[in-house]
Amino acid sequence: MVGEETSDEERAELRETLGLMDPIHIQFTRFVINASQGEFGISYQLRRPVSELIVERLPATIELVVISALIALVSGTLLGVYTGINRKGFLSDIILAVSLLGVSLPTFVIGILFIYLFAVILGILPSFGRGEVVDLGFWTTGFLTISGLKAIILPSVTLSLFQMTYIIRLVRAEMMEILQTDYIKFARARGIDEKSIKYKHALKNGLIPVITIAGINIGTLIAFSIITETVFQWPGMGFLFIQAVQFVDIPIMSAYLVFIAFVFVMINFIVDILYYFIDPRIRVKGDSASG
Amino acid sequence: MSFLKINNLSVDYQMRKETVYAAKNVNIEVNKGEILGLVGESGSGKSTVGNAIINLIDEPGKVSGGSVVLGDLNIHENSESIVKYRGNKIGLIFQDPQTSLNPILTIGEQLIETIQTHLKLSKEEAKNKSVNLLKEVGIKDAEKRFDNYPHQFSGGMRQRVVISLALCCEPELLIADEPTTALDVSIQSQILELIKKLTKERNLAVILITHDMGVIAETTDRVAVMKSGDLVEVGITKDILTNPQKNYTKSLVSSVPPTNKKISRFVIIDNENKDNKLNNIKILNRWQKREIKIQDLVQVKNLSKSFDDNFFSESSKNSVMAVNDVSFEIKEGETFGLVGESGSGKSTIAKIIVNLFKPSSGDIFFDEVCITKIKQKSELMKFRKQIQMIFQDPYSSLNSRLKVKDIITEPIKLHNPNISNSDLNSYIFDLLESVELNQKSADRYPHEFSGGQRQRISIARALATQPRLLVCDEPTSALDVSIQAQILNLLKDLQEQLNLTILFISHDLPVVRQMCDRIGVLKDGKLCEVTNTEVLFVKPHHEYTKELLRLMPKIESIYE
Repeated sequence: MVGEETSDEERAELRETLGLMDPIHIQFTRFVINASQGEFGISYQLRRPVSELIVERLPATIELVVISALIALVSGTLLGVYTGINRKGFLSDIILAVSLLGVSLPTFVIGILFIYLFAVILGILPSFGRGEVVDLGFWTTGFLTISGLKAIILPSVTLSLFQMTYIIRLVRAEMMEILQTDYIKFARARGIDEKSIKYKHALKNGLIPVITIAGINIGTLIAFSIITETVFQWPGMGFLFIQAVQFVDIPIMSAYLVFIAFVFVMINFIVDILYYFIDPRIRVKGDSASG
Repeated sequence: MSFLKINNLSVDYQMRKETVYAAKNVNIEVNKGEILGLVGESGSGKSTVGNAIINLIDEPGKVSGGSVVLGDLNIHENSESIVKYRGNKIGLIFQDPQTSLNPILTIGEQLIETIQTHLKLSKEEAKNKSVNLLKEVGIKDAEKRFDNYPHQFSGGMRQRVVISLALCCEPELLIADEPTTALDVSIQSQILELIKKLTKERNLAVILITHDMGVIAETTDRVAVMKSGDLVEVGITKDILTNPQKNYTKSLVSSVPPTNKKISRFVIIDNENKDNKLNNIKILNRWQKREIKIQDLVQVKNLSKSFDDNFFSESSKNSVMAVNDVSFEIKEGETFGLVGESGSGKSTIAKIIVNLFKPSSGDIFFDEVCITKIKQKSELMKFRKQIQMIFQDPYSSLNSRLKVKDIITEPIKLHNPNISNSDLNSYIFDLLESVELNQKSADRYPHEFSGGQRQRISIARALATQPRLLVCDEPTSALDVSIQAQILNLLKDLQEQLNLTILFISHDLPVVRQMCDRIGVLKDGKLCEVTNTEVLFVKPHHEYTKELLRLMPKIESIYE
């Protein structure tokens, strides 16, 4: 915040106004009180209120994460069910082999490979940025323009790949385990249709643990988005955070970390509530076990 | 003309190197209105036959030959056609009602789906049919319970639901695979009565697969005995049980603990064990044999244990008393039995005596010292050495990563750290031979042994510290009946030679009668009565004991 030519007195004065001379516990108390009111101070680098910066960048990250989570959940579940049921098929083997790649390749390598392939060689998708965005007043969205939609494809696929492969393997393992259980065997013995056994009896049970994992993973997606946003120059919070790290812009970093922690807690809370609706064993605990 | 004819049915498992037969050329016939028992020990192929009838064999097994004729339909013509007979012509009931029902569908949904798969009924008609069926199998408030999930039913009620599911499309053949093995004796008798009633009312042909000779004797009209995939003998139940022709059947029948008298040893008709008398107790020469004084070795006084005292609600209203004010004594040198159904608190008492649980209130005296009040660890060790435990499940009670040698060394070294290596080795060998295992066993891992052999290792481990009291918590419940007979014989011999005192916990009344001198009957954490074994079985005092004895499946009932 200060230049080379700033005098020592001016430096001392700035320290005083920023409250850097107070003892640590007073600084911390002040931070907590302000943070609880959504006030994170002023960015050292950009000289603007941090909360304003976060709100500005939030839509970009949220749109990216939501799209990635949808891709990961939908395709992960579908492919997982497929490989769980057709255990020995040729296609299953290929899906599993590719999913191994997804687990083991780091996000930035995949991102750079995608940019090279789709932006540089084929030239069909943009390699960076959000494209044109429409400002709705409280929210800026890229969903309403073609260039915005095109821009989100590469980053969201890159970001979702790791979670998707994870979900494939989880759903596959769950399906295989459940298809071995007694109640599936009993359903077969009653002559229930194979389709119903797989998609009604087995899948419903198999999705219960997936919801837990998926909830935690959405949090992880936001965290991972730092790397993806950097690779694709995506103007979201992760990108903001990386820039803040380079300039030791502590107000932005602390605000970002508090925000991530808040999102994690909220998601886990929502997942716990969801359990109540999905699993009858939890729902009716109060009045059960009679007769 | 029989209703069901199984001709030369074979099931094999294609392994990488060889083909294993799970069933070989089995011929069985069942008439309508008749219950056929299919009996055998684990691995005999009895469940395989049951599953093979509807072609429900898990990979890599398959039905490799033979035919199944139902009425005049050959249902094994091709593997696709069999599917339409499942549930429709043939109903199947599995062993464990806890796992047979889909936990996230209501029982109504499961019933309606099954009915609509086979019968052309509207949802409303299917529901009416289901409710009537639930009433028929003895579920009260059927209309209300129709929308309940499986976990809202108790074990016995769930098995009734399972039966209603198996019967909802009016099959003519019912296959019940160990339908009562996971249930308590009082529920078992209700379920068996229900199956008998339905057999008569609906003129069903029933195959009842079980390992329990008492159930066979009380329920079935004819019985088929299987061993290692082969059919040994088929005949009228009474003939087979009273006058078996084949050696295997003879040994199976003689291994069953009689309910009406006490025998000194089980007769074992087995080639390996000809002399049938254990006189090779090698640890005797190093055993500090104690004279049996006439005294109470263990005194349990007003023992209570509740499992609900957690941090926030110390004495909440809905706390469950697992053990409620129980007092009894175990005399030195005797075998004291504790019997009761599941949840009666018998295992909890055992764990408090060996000091794995702390009681909520009450005391236990061992050799006139109160062991529940000992605070010092070194003091407690003296008693731990004298009290050892044998657990129910021989598969999970041995550390699978340790060699047998190391498993047995552990307790020896703990109480005698200075023992020399050569002495340790010979002690381990002596222990192993005392439980009829050879010296080579010492260098092997637990998974290389069968269930019965593992239980012998458990016994050797328990004996390693030269205990005075042996606590056996259902030591033979996981074992086949012939193995059970061997283990019980071994325990009897060891007790006689080593002057052991045994606390024997079991739900199996015939076994308890053979093993115990005195018996305590537990119900819901309370002790109903404590008395001598013979008095208990001949003239039970408490109503609950009478009830238990009446419901116990008796192999002798065949003579009535």
